[in-house]
This record gives sequence, structure tokens and C-alpha cells, in this order.
Amino acid sequence: MKPFEIIETPIEAQKYTDYVLHAGAGAVTVFAGHVREWTHGVRTVYLAYEAYVPMAEKKLAQIGAEMENKWPGVKVAIVHRIGELHISDIAVLIAVSSPHRKAAYEANEYAIERIKEIVPIWKKEIWEDGEEWIGGQKKYPEKGDVAE
Amino acid sequence: MIKVNYFARLRELTGKSEETIEQNSMTVQELLNWAEDTYPGFGKNTVHVAVNEEYALKEDVIQSGDVCAFIPPVSGG
Repeated sequence: MKPFEIIETPIEAQKYTDYVLHAGAGAVTVFAGHVREWTHGVRTVYLAYEAYVPMAEKKLAQIGAEMENKWPGVKVAIVHRIGELHISDIAVLIAVSSPHRKAAYEANEYAIERIKEIVPIWKKEIWEDGEEWIGGQKKYPEKGDVAE
Repeated sequence: MIKVNYFARLRELTGKSEETIEQNSMTVQELLNWAEDTYPGFGKNTVHVAVNEEYALKEDVIQSGDVCAFIPPVSGG
């Protein structure tokens, strides 16, 4: 495994947890984002994710670097799955270790927010009676505000 | 010549994953204008452009040999 990666196969959480664990870590937080069946009363049959893989992996690594900068001492692994995912499958997993728990919790939440902002991954919801690409990105960034 | 990649909604709209534009140099804004003219409904005001796998500004200049990608609103997670 790579610490920041896009994969097409089921996510094995233990590999990423093991990667961030070390003797100085007193806390490990693991966030798993799963495919949800019902969203605002609409039933999802399955999701189709795609990514601009090389750039997405770079952006995941960038998020990891931001986290290490904001919370010194954290160690991070992030994996996102693409392809067809079904209800309850893991779409994204973030593992963060830290000497103490507060940083591990905070850094982990930061990671998922940043993923939703800057990582080129797209989700299509497929329903029983239709489908749609999801995304709510804002207008084009101005100078000095490059999607950061 | 400039290579461009399409993803998600834009891949379906254009019917292709990538193509090559016969230009030596153009700005990101010019590339977006070209895309909107070529593919009605492209939505250039909500689409970002990455040049060589990094987000670019509208005034940035794309050179022959660069690899670009149109980035519609992302929805990972």
C-alpha cells in the first residue's frame, strides 16, 4: 500500500491503521466513509466514483502534509476507492495517529473536509429511476485563492 | 499541442476522456472559452482547470506539451 492512494478494490482498514501506528502514538483515529442507502428521502442503488488518479494522490499527500504542519507529530494515511460501490462499502478511509487523542480527532476531521474541497474525485449517484453526478464546487478561484 | 482530459459529467458531455488541441500557447481562460464553444453546456464558470496536475488560475498560460484536465465540481468522500 501507499500512504496516500486511490484504489479500485475493497479498502482493508487494518493496513492503513498499521501504517500510522508507532511506539510514540497514544491515539489512532480511523474514519471510514461508507455508502449510504438513503439521502434526503432518495434511495441510492449504488455509487460510481471516478478520479483523476495521479493528481488525486498528489492532493491526498498535500492534505497529509497540511495536517503534519498543523498538528505536529501526527502520522497520516488516506485511501479512496473508485469504481462501482454498493451500500455499506467503504469509499474513503482516513487513519491518523498522534501522541495524544485531541490532535488525532481534529486532524482526522480536517482531512475529510479538505478531501471534499480539493481532491479530484467525483461521485455519481445511481437511483432506481435515474442518476446524477454530485458536486457543489464554488465559482472559479481568484488569484491567491487556488482552490485552497 | 496541448492535451486535455475530461472527467465525470464532462466526460459524458464530450463523449471522450481526452483529446489534443493544436495550439502552441493559450491561457486557461482561452481554454475554457474554447471548451464552452466546442461543447455547449460545458459550464466553464464552474469548471476548474489543472495544468500538469496542479490547479491553475484563469490568467495562467498553457504551453505546448502541457497536460491539462477540466475539473468539474468535486464530490469525493
